[in-house]
Amino acid sequence: MLKRPYFLFMSLISLLLLTVSSSVQAEESSGGIDAVVNEIFGHATGWFVSLIFAPFPGTSFPWIVLWLVTGASIFTLYFGFLQFRGVGHSIALVKGDYSDPNDAGEVSHFQALATALSGTVGLGNIAGVAVAVSIGGPGATFWMILAGLMGMASKFTECTLGVKYRNEYKDGSVSGGPMYYISKGFKERGIPGGRFLAGLFAVFCILGSLGGGNMFQANQAHAQLTQVIGNYPGWITGVIFAALVFIVIVGGIKSIARVTDKIVPFMGILYVGSAIVILIVNADKIGWAFSQIFAGAFTGLGVAGGMVGALIQGFKRAAFSNEAGVGSAAIAHSAVQTNEPVTEGFVSLLEPFIDTVVICTMTALVIIITGQLLQNPETGMYILNEAGTAIKTADGSSGVALTSAAFASAFSWFPILLAVAVILFAFSTMLSWSYYGLKAWTYLFGEGKRAELTFKTLFCVFVIIGAAANLGPVIDFSDAAIFAMAVANIIGLYFLMPVVKKELTSYQKRLKSGEIVKYKDRKKAKKA
Amino acid sequence: MSATIIVGVDGSEAGNRALAYAKRLATLIGSECKLELVCVVEWSPYTFQTPEENSHRKKQKQIETQNAQERVIDPALAALKEAGIAASGVVKFGKASSILNNIAVEHNAEQIVVARSTEQGLSARVFGSVTANLVMSANVPVTVVS
Repeated sequence: MLKRPYFLFMSLISLLLLTVSSSVQAEESSGGIDAVVNEIFGHATGWFVSLIFAPFPGTSFPWIVLWLVTGASIFTLYFGFLQFRGVGHSIALVKGDYSDPNDAGEVSHFQALATALSGTVGLGNIAGVAVAVSIGGPGATFWMILAGLMGMASKFTECTLGVKYRNEYKDGSVSGGPMYYISKGFKERGIPGGRFLAGLFAVFCILGSLGGGNMFQANQAHAQLTQVIGNYPGWITGVIFAALVFIVIVGGIKSIARVTDKIVPFMGILYVGSAIVILIVNADKIGWAFSQIFAGAFTGLGVAGGMVGALIQGFKRAAFSNEAGVGSAAIAHSAVQTNEPVTEGFVSLLEPFIDTVVICTMTALVIIITGQLLQNPETGMYILNEAGTAIKTADGSSGVALTSAAFASAFSWFPILLAVAVILFAFSTMLSWSYYGLKAWTYLFGEGKRAELTFKTLFCVFVIIGAAANLGPVIDFSDAAIFAMAVANIIGLYFLMPVVKKELTSYQKRLKSGEIVKYKDRKKAKKA
Repeated sequence: MSATIIVGVDGSEAGNRALAYAKRLATLIGSECKLELVCVVEWSPYTFQTPEENSHRKKQKQIETQNAQERVIDPALAALKEAGIAASGVVKFGKASSILNNIAVEHNAEQIVVARSTEQGLSARVFGSVTANLVMSANVPVTVVS
């Protein structure tokens, strides 16, 4: 298929590896492997991170955050606040009320939602939220919830398009996602540049799958392991994880993936259950926690950057956690069995709600309520660390360790459970993202064993780099790569949202007229 | 007036016993009787799958349908045709007990013939076996062949 981009991409990777190997030789004497990897990684990705998070001139507000929020707000208004009006119908679809059991056997709405959720619920909800509240204060939670609610409209738009423009091959397999709806949708509407934009998305999706979908996961899994079993070099965790991922995605040992995918939902339920217990035990502090969240949202309560600082952190973490507007969910949802693309849009809008509004908020509340963030009792302002970049925490921890400490203050055994949950979440997210990245890779370079093996090997190499590097550079690159996907995706959504509107109007009309009814009503009507 | 008997088949020895019994019933009733063979592939819309499994699910369903058709339904239909018994067959996905009952209601069937299920273990104890569920929820008479 597209041979030239393949060679260009491979040349870029080779150049990067050459730079890495020469730097390794130069720096081997100055420190361990982890230090070398960290140094090189920071240098290699710094320009990309700076570009994506460049602030508006004269402000500290990154343009990319506004880009996502503007997109979500426009979709919310364009579809008339559908995320609030359509939740009941979404739940009915997930329950299977509109599905004919005689046609069962393919991917149900529930399965598509559960698969997409297993790719998003994970470290973003545990470590990401901890980062957001430690930098942006409790107020970040308010902006995170708001971004989650708005993001439901973005998810609705992209997942409807994902199903509408998916590729269904003769052998019965399905491929979908932004690269397909951008190229096919633009062509259908006579808009130029579709192939270029789709290609750009695919490149960013590959970077996103290597960053947020891979390195961030490996990095935080290692951080959690060191909390439980003591300090040891990150590359060891990296090699073990890379080997496990390799045997699943290259070796085709599906049983490991199946076991993980069956345990992960229960881990999620256990995590939320533990958070609920902590909240019930501290029920008297919930009112205070919400007052901190509201006050912090509009004043900052002393955090770096004040209200804007809280807002940026909240929006950033919500987007990173639920991926609304990023386009990854459209790849996961596109395999569903339906003749009405808009039904999957309805189902997908539940995803940011479960992920951000429920799970992320619970993590934030537990951190706030258990008193992990140090506050000046006289002024009520939060105390910043020496560098003035984040709030001082009770035991000086950050990221996943902060969440672990918050839960451990109520249940001493929780760090062990969290370590297992983090490892499983990380592993299942990696498997999901290896698939998203692979779809983008095969879109660019064509289907084929060689192209697939190249990507899968590259994916495993990045697992090791992610586990060995420090949290700072990895989090920056992961955020940048994920947000870069949203650049191409949201441009595509703006041009294609009239298509979604047409689908929605037609669907709602038929729903109202009784042409589309629940299965049990259809059965009753048939009998009568 | 014709009589339709629904037969649950799965290619196992127990399924074959159910089929043999239904065949005997059809012979006794005569040419008015038609057998409807149903092979149910157990499937739940509420399981958790990987994105890769989802993307190949349609293909997988086609393979499973073809396998059931070729290995279970077609040989049984050929044997029934040879014996001069009118029959047709279908492969369905879902919960066996409710699918067998739905098809029976749809065809206005006289009865459902199934073999005693051999399910054991925790899930059968908690949720009940296919046979037990069918006997409890069916809208038509059920014959369980031991």
